Amino acid sequence: MSMTESSRREWLLTDHPASRRQARLGQMYRTWLTFRQNRLAMVGLGIVVLLVLVAIFADLIAPYDPLISGDLRTARLLPPSWNHPMGTDEQARDIFSRVVYGSRLTLMVVALVAIIATPIGLLVGTTAGYFGGWVDIILMRITDIFLAFPRLILALAFVAALGPGIENAIIAIAITSWPPYARLARAETLTIRDTDYIAAIRLQGASSARIISGHVVPLCLSSVIIRVTLDMAGIILTAAGLGFLGLGAQPPQPEWGAMIAAGRRFLIDFWWVATMPGIAIFAVSLGFNLLGDGLRDVLDPKGRG
Amino acid sequence: MRAPSAFLWQVTKLLATLALTFIGLLLVTFLIGRIVPVDPVLAVVGDRASQSVYDKAYIELGLDKPLYEQFWIYMTKMVTGDLGQSFLTKKDIADDILRVFPATLELATVGILIGTVLGLPLGVLAAVKKGKLADQLVRVLGLVGYSAPIFWLGLLGLLVFYAKLGWVAGPGRIDIGYEYSVTQTTGLLLIDSAMQGQWDAFRNVVSHIILPASLLGYFSMAYISRMTRSFMLNELAQEYITTARVKGVPEWRIIWIHALRNAAVPLVTVIALSYASLLEGSVLTETVFAWPGLGQYLTNSLQNADMNAVLGGTMVIGVIFVGLNLLSDLLYTLLDPRVRRRG
Amino acid sequence: MTDLLTVQNLRIAFPSRHGPVEVVRGVSFAMGKERLGIVGESGSGKSLTGRAILGLTPPPGKATAEKLEFDGIDLREATRSQWHDIRGERISMVMQDPKFSLNPVMTIGRQLMETYRTHRRSTRAEAHERGLEMLNAVQIRDPDRVMNAYPHELSGGMGQRAMIAMMLVTEPELLIADEPTSALDVTVQIEVLRILDRLVSDRGMGLIFISHDLRLVSSFCDRVLVMYAGQVVEEVKATDLANASHPYTKGLFNCLPRIEGGQRPLPILERDADWAL
Repeated sequence: MSMTESSRREWLLTDHPASRRQARLGQMYRTWLTFRQNRLAMVGLGIVVLLVLVAIFADLIAPYDPLISGDLRTARLLPPSWNHPMGTDEQARDIFSRVVYGSRLTLMVVALVAIIATPIGLLVGTTAGYFGGWVDIILMRITDIFLAFPRLILALAFVAALGPGIENAIIAIAITSWPPYARLARAETLTIRDTDYIAAIRLQGASSARIISGHVVPLCLSSVIIRVTLDMAGIILTAAGLGFLGLGAQPPQPEWGAMIAAGRRFLIDFWWVATMPGIAIFAVSLGFNLLGDGLRDVLDPKGRG
Repeated sequence: MRAPSAFLWQVTKLLATLALTFIGLLLVTFLIGRIVPVDPVLAVVGDRASQSVYDKAYIELGLDKPLYEQFWIYMTKMVTGDLGQSFLTKKDIADDILRVFPATLELATVGILIGTVLGLPLGVLAAVKKGKLADQLVRVLGLVGYSAPIFWLGLLGLLVFYAKLGWVAGPGRIDIGYEYSVTQTTGLLLIDSAMQGQWDAFRNVVSHIILPASLLGYFSMAYISRMTRSFMLNELAQEYITTARVKGVPEWRIIWIHALRNAAVPLVTVIALSYASLLEGSVLTETVFAWPGLGQYLTNSLQNADMNAVLGGTMVIGVIFVGLNLLSDLLYTLLDPRVRRRG
Repeated sequence: MTDLLTVQNLRIAFPSRHGPVEVVRGVSFAMGKERLGIVGESGSGKSLTGRAILGLTPPPGKATAEKLEFDGIDLREATRSQWHDIRGERISMVMQDPKFSLNPVMTIGRQLMETYRTHRRSTRAEAHERGLEMLNAVQIRDPDRVMNAYPHELSGGMGQRAMIAMMLVTEPELLIADEPTSALDVTVQIEVLRILDRLVSDRGMGLIFISHDLRLVSSFCDRVLVMYAGQVVEEVKATDLANASHPYTKGLFNCLPRIEGGQRPLPILERDADWAL
């Protein structure tokens, strides 16, 4: 058993890979080895994995229903105890259960923003970079205009226009998230646009759309995805901020930012109501930040020093 | 005498970019204003108005004109500083914003001062002690700053330092007792109270501002220290640092004079950017601390669906953002002798 | 001739994934106030040797030696204040490319005066005066302008002269010149070398001249160390180079183009894996 494991390890770390697949897997394994040495990054990875698990198994983990009130006479604003590890809120709901279910909302926001913003950024960036000239100037000007607004403020304005709600919050955050990805994708495209293999494909008569979608986008994808990962903590904080201002998820949804806003009224006498969901936001965004930091260290050793 | 023309060309280019960006900002806010599900006419005349009143207002607001013409009208109004009227206060939004802006300016300025004074030395320390315990601590301190929701930290701060310990004053800029004794000339209460020699009021203002400003300062510190570290590491690896060592220059001079002076060039941009991002942070911070500034004005307007005010505020913040970017570009030119042309 | 500098079994190692890798492997030499040339191709460890003498091995490299002594001072154990008395004051170094080795945001004058004022108690005016004199000594025609100039405003040759001025303003006893002309235009190289040559002889300094250019070294120095793969493979008097015994040195020497009689085919420098052992 240990024999096969050590030989697999050898196969991965060999200096003379026999195939491209072996080389690529070996490279990934080496990256993983370096990454594993970064203790903080591993903590981050652990937190993120935990978030996903909690979201998947929320039904099993949460002891109470997150939306239905408990006994309003006896169970309101109870301090943390064995029965209610994070206490209860003003509607006698178990805060721990709400935080657990809130992980689903957080994960959904992060995932949807990534799914919406990444393609927009890729499309704008690769198109601008591939065609150059006026297309480039116009698209990049638009990108810069979006970058000129502070992110939260622009998201605020969009949500104000679209109406509050978690879907609109997601759309607003996505609209404000794509510009940096577009810039990155453009920069990557510029470096590959004039390479010989792209020229070869062009000579074969491939259309621009085909070249961009089939050859340019895949090459930009990995760096954009890394950048999106680095942004996840920011997305979570923006979403929580919108929730706190009452513009994100609406009650009674257990969104962490909105829960803090609700707990604010009882802050001085019942501190746990606002504190607990805040710890959850903090932990999760710290997790994403640690993970992103570690990724950056591994993948761009020169940039971080 | 090619030098000044090169500088002029640079300024012209910057200004052209600025104008384009400004028009873009206007277009974005204009379009956001158009997608509002709220009927702007109803917001003005109220929903019990007769059809004729409604139609009149419809034409007064220019809604019968084509979209590009509406944008043109919107743009000329904005350029002349007419941000429209608030549905809520029935006042000119430009006046409203001018009134609340000093509060935000004061808060953000104290915040950036705290952030720079702490962040710069910490970043330098982290770079010099790279990989050591001090470096790790600064890194974690920064990551915590990146990760904590600012409104939540603000609430905890109020809970601990105001409610429990009583070290600082609570929400607001100044106690009501002092509010009318300080004449507002600059609108910056720290300066106003100090100039009038009202030291009790000054102390009160300090006690109010210290918590929210430290909070904002912490967030900019996280960013500034991280960037300082990275710039310093870059500079410390340069050959001219070895030259200085060969010369026998003491280590503190190498770090604080040779390396930092070079790192300062890009750092100016970083500080300007984090100053701008404090405006963003102020929206949430002001809400938590009942700070009567631009951020609170914005959120108030939001909650009352006062779209004109929201867009006006967004516009102003966007313009300040762009302005700070421009300023950092200019400072960059001043600081770096390689860019600067000496006439 | 008493020895000014003694180096015995100097080793410099850099950590790697497979354990430390030695890039300088047991270099030994001793020198007085003479001109010692160190020749070798890039990667042979000659520059690192020069830096190790000043205790400036770039991290994470580690330098060890059986003996590393300058004028009776054990450099391996030198304290901070001892280094302060040595670096810039008694041993200086001229580095390769003034584009990178001068601080881009400080004027030449400030950098020049800094060396002087680090080691001599003096007023700004005195330091300024000394700086001007020194710029004159490196044959800069308008020293006042150069004092106020930033490095990027000077040509490579001017920058390197300013660098030499900066390193010699304290009149050190030993100068290490690490490829001082490699980054310069060929036309300027000779001028800079001539200036360096004159200053070194006038002041009776010791000189370690590090270069990859065998002919340059042989015309400039009294003695030549030939380095290959981190070791000194041959030590030879400059005048005896033609009779060098080591095949590597011979190879280098034979590769030099000659005016009298072209060689056809051009010789190829052959290496033998045994030399690196």
